[in-house]
Amino acid sequence: MTSSTQSSTTSLDADPPADVDPPADVDAPVDADAPGGAEQADGASVGFDPDPAASRRLPDGHAGGGARGSGGASASGLGRNPALALAIRSWRQLTSMRTALLLLFLLALAAVPGSLLPQRNINPMRVEQYLSDHQTVGPLLDRLSGFDVFAAPWFAAIYLLLFISLIGCLSSRIRWHARALFTAPPKAPARPGRLPGGSAWESPLPPAEATAAARTALRGRRFRASATATDARRPDGTPDHSVAAEKGYLRETGNLVFHVALVGLLAAVGFGSWFGYSGTTLVVTGDGFANTLISYDQFTGGKLVNTAKLRPFSLTLDRFAATYEPNGEPADFRADVTYAPDLDTPTRQATVRVNHPLVLGDTKVYLIGHGYAPHFVLRDARGRTVWQGNVPCTPRDGMFTSTCTVKIPDAGLPPLGAQRVPQQLAFSGVFTPTTRLDPTHGYVSIYPAARAPGLTITGFVGNLHVDEGIPQNVYTVNTKDMRQLTLSGPAGAGRTAQVLALDNPGQRTLTGLPAGMRLEADSVAEFATFQVKSDPFKGEALLFSVLIILGLIASLRVRRRRVWVRATPAAGGGSTVEIGGLSRSHGDGFAAELGQLTTLVRDATVPVGAGPSTATDVTGTEDGGAATAPRGTQPRAAAADGAASRESEREH
Amino acid sequence: MAVNEGVSSLSDHLFGSGMAVYAAAMLGYAAEFAFSRLGTRGAAAQATDADAAAAEVPAARVGADQPAVLVGVGGAAASEALGGDAVADPDASALAAARAREIEAVRQRDRAAHSLAGGNDGDVQVPVRARWVGRVAVILTVLGWALHLSSVVTRGIAADRVPWGNMYEYSSMICLIAVTTFLGLLTRHNVRWLGVFVMVPVVLYLGFAGTVLYVAPGPLVPALNSYWLKIHVVGAIVSSGVFLVSAVTTLLFLLKERWENRLAEVAAGRAEASRAMQNRGGIVMRLPSSAALDALTYRVIAFAFPIWTFAIIAGAIWAEAAWGRYWGWDPKETWSFITWVCYAAYLHARATAGWRGRRAAAISLVAFTALFVDYYLVNLVITGLHSYAGV
Ligand code: HEM
Repeated sequence: MTSSTQSSTTSLDADPPADVDPPADVDAPVDADAPGGAEQADGASVGFDPDPAASRRLPDGHAGGGARGSGGASASGLGRNPALALAIRSWRQLTSMRTALLLLFLLALAAVPGSLLPQRNINPMRVEQYLSDHQTVGPLLDRLSGFDVFAAPWFAAIYLLLFISLIGCLSSRIRWHARALFTAPPKAPARPGRLPGGSAWESPLPPAEATAAARTALRGRRFRASATATDARRPDGTPDHSVAAEKGYLRETGNLVFHVALVGLLAAVGFGSWFGYSGTTLVVTGDGFANTLISYDQFTGGKLVNTAKLRPFSLTLDRFAATYEPNGEPADFRADVTYAPDLDTPTRQATVRVNHPLVLGDTKVYLIGHGYAPHFVLRDARGRTVWQGNVPCTPRDGMFTSTCTVKIPDAGLPPLGAQRVPQQLAFSGVFTPTTRLDPTHGYVSIYPAARAPGLTITGFVGNLHVDEGIPQNVYTVNTKDMRQLTLSGPAGAGRTAQVLALDNPGQRTLTGLPAGMRLEADSVAEFATFQVKSDPFKGEALLFSVLIILGLIASLRVRRRRVWVRATPAAGGGSTVEIGGLSRSHGDGFAAELGQLTTLVRDATVPVGAGPSTATDVTGTEDGGAATAPRGTQPRAAAADGAASRESEREH
Repeated sequence: MAVNEGVSSLSDHLFGSGMAVYAAAMLGYAAEFAFSRLGTRGAAAQATDADAAAAEVPAARVGADQPAVLVGVGGAAASEALGGDAVADPDASALAAARAREIEAVRQRDRAAHSLAGGNDGDVQVPVRARWVGRVAVILTVLGWALHLSSVVTRGIAADRVPWGNMYEYSSMICLIAVTTFLGLLTRHNVRWLGVFVMVPVVLYLGFAGTVLYVAPGPLVPALNSYWLKIHVVGAIVSSGVFLVSAVTTLLFLLKERWENRLAEVAAGRAEASRAMQNRGGIVMRLPSSAALDALTYRVIAFAFPIWTFAIIAGAIWAEAAWGRYWGWDPKETWSFITWVCYAAYLHARATAGWRGRRAAAISLVAFTALFVDYYLVNLVITGLHSYAGV
């Protein structure tokens, strides 16, 4: 991975070549503390490796990109151990930017089937449907984890590789960045004034003082600036008086924060799925539940959840209220509950609404559904209550037409025959909250609120097979060993189906049941479905998400730029001061900034009253001195800008 | 929460007139673009000496025309930049030539940046009348933008809620953001040439939204009624509008890049110049350099990417509040993720040798396609938990 902050040719900036290292005699020091990048290895870069010889001096560490931190030091010993060499090479390969790019692509590609095929974690029913519709491809896809894409081994392989790669390159990038933060910026080139936008002028100060003044000026602009030591020498033996300054380290810091937070987020998601659980439970108004495994209709827990030690809270549903728009669209749901957050804690009141769960530490209770539970009373011939209860019905449509199944295993009827076959009762029906007789569809619901609750119902007697140890779906009834009853009720006598009007005491009782029993549906309660979720690592996930955004903003917004000043002795004890700089991206106002810095440094090195200094334009290689501007210090780029704006004035 | 019929139809009228004004602006940009002539070297020479920039900026095109000469020039510049001493070394001459190319690349990009900042006017000459048409087009765009904005606001008033609850409203907002992005760019750079390329998709898109996707304003379903959702949707819409502009500039980059390569071939004598080239005409020729388009694309994407990231995270927070899980690989989430990964890949590609330029551009288009799938195919074809799915 190229994490290069310096010589890596690129950067994601608008303008890669601006990343050029000073094209003068500073290549070795600059390059040596740069991590280098995969680009150099490919030789495909625009080639801002300032000196190929420099990369030759850093053979494998350079070529491998990010791996230099781990492999750079041992690079010279690579040849001796082929296995080690191979390992190091593949590690470098894995931690290269190119591999990261490829893996990112693979990850995107791998996610696609997860959105096109039905997924078990979202809708298991549709998976079953798909499997029965596609007898040949279905099982094949199933074997390839096509219906559990996001839990598939190949999906995990991709993101784990990506994150190993990320961690690998991060560890070395962090080291380099830390080093960069504590070392001086790369030294000034021979003629900084010749960089684009650079300029030069005469100063009455001797070189050492001029550079000191320049350093102070640059520091004043919050550049990290360091001046060469007084006895420093250029390679040709002349004294070296220069300042190297740099700003914008936050860019790389932000980038690292972003990538580290990415790893952190993955960890939080992973731990969350190991230590979290979720369960759903249905509660009829007036009832409650406690947070134990048996209270749940459905429960899924992470591998490391101790189901015996779920947080022991309990909750009672006092009231459920749903309101609807006139067209039947839902407007608001609310469940008023009384709960005890823990064992032996006083109870409290709360309202749970969609989007507003009840929060109990890292456990949350969500309202995810609701429906109707008519209340049935079974009485014997003498009018004594044999059985009663609320039976939740499964909503089938937006108007809450719901399917009801009433199973009464202990109706008190004697078993039949030598086999002692149980005589049990079952009813199945359709509940309609606002009932209307439709000429073609029979009794239908025209509004979701219970304004005219009705129940179309049929009855059975026989063996429900409930006591045989085989788990049964409470919402369906198997009538294989049952006989349909003929009932008396509001629709008349001797009918198999009756329609009960729950609001009307005269029209809500079925008679003619075996042994003279009668079944009354005397009211309807609402039920709410709650989902209990626990994810102990949610907070961490959120924290890393915030860091991801902050890191991204810093990494994409901050610009890194360098400025160099060099002073060379001039006749008469003064010096010639040159300034120049580079930014990783052009067109972002660096020219203007450099212009300001130039003025600043010039003012610092040409004290007021020192007399007009003669400007030497060392930059006019191409535009024939066009840059010579007032006071002789106008940098070239600024001059060009000025001309450009003049032109746009003319043309507009 | 009754729907105000009067305000609702006002919103529809504003929408229609905004679109009509955009269409007029589009024609204006197109006219300015069509009537502009390319500045030739001859034209540059005509410019008075005082206009130093006029001579300098067209050099970017000269570079494409005559690479060989420029390498020579660059070589000279390079040896000067090296302080003169490197050329003396015979070993260094190959090095100097290599560096010459690098420096020329810097120059080119420098100019690219300039032409981005100062407009490509140095390169293209626009007759005064066409220029006026262009300026009127900008005024029309601002006017259309104001009408469009009022349409969105009145829609919100009519429905008594935030105006981003269904696909018609999203699409309208995305276009509004795309136009805002263009106008925003216009305040900082002279990118009037971009006008026609932004307005064409915007007008088509609005037409699609106003007919196929249109629904009368109504209340939100309870699951949508959360302030995290509002934040999330705003983030998604803003970044999508900006991404739309990046897709446009990417396409223009690809066009221009092909053209430049062809030009280089012609200059090297390996290919015949097409009629359009001989006439110095062709729309592509009038675009800024591919480097400038590339830089612009990067900047636009780099602006939108953190917003998209934020939108996904806000969506996760909302999902956590609404459904009890912050991430569940619902199709909408999956495609947001795919889009995010693709744009991250674009940013990485820009930093990887051999992937810059054309390949990065291809990734940008793939990413935009994923975004499109996320908005439309997921809602219309694949449906998930997101309750507004299915229009
Ligand atoms: C899920 C995986 C990843 C995502 C979403 C991601 C995202 C990003 C983004 C958005 C940037 C742009 C920041 C900028 O322009 O400064 C970036 C830069 C970078 N990423 Fe990643 N990254 C991922 C994985 C990796 C991996 C695995 C590596 C290393 C092997 C890596 C290395 C880098 C480097 C070196 C840069 C800085 C490029 C430069 O400024 O020159 N990334 N990454």
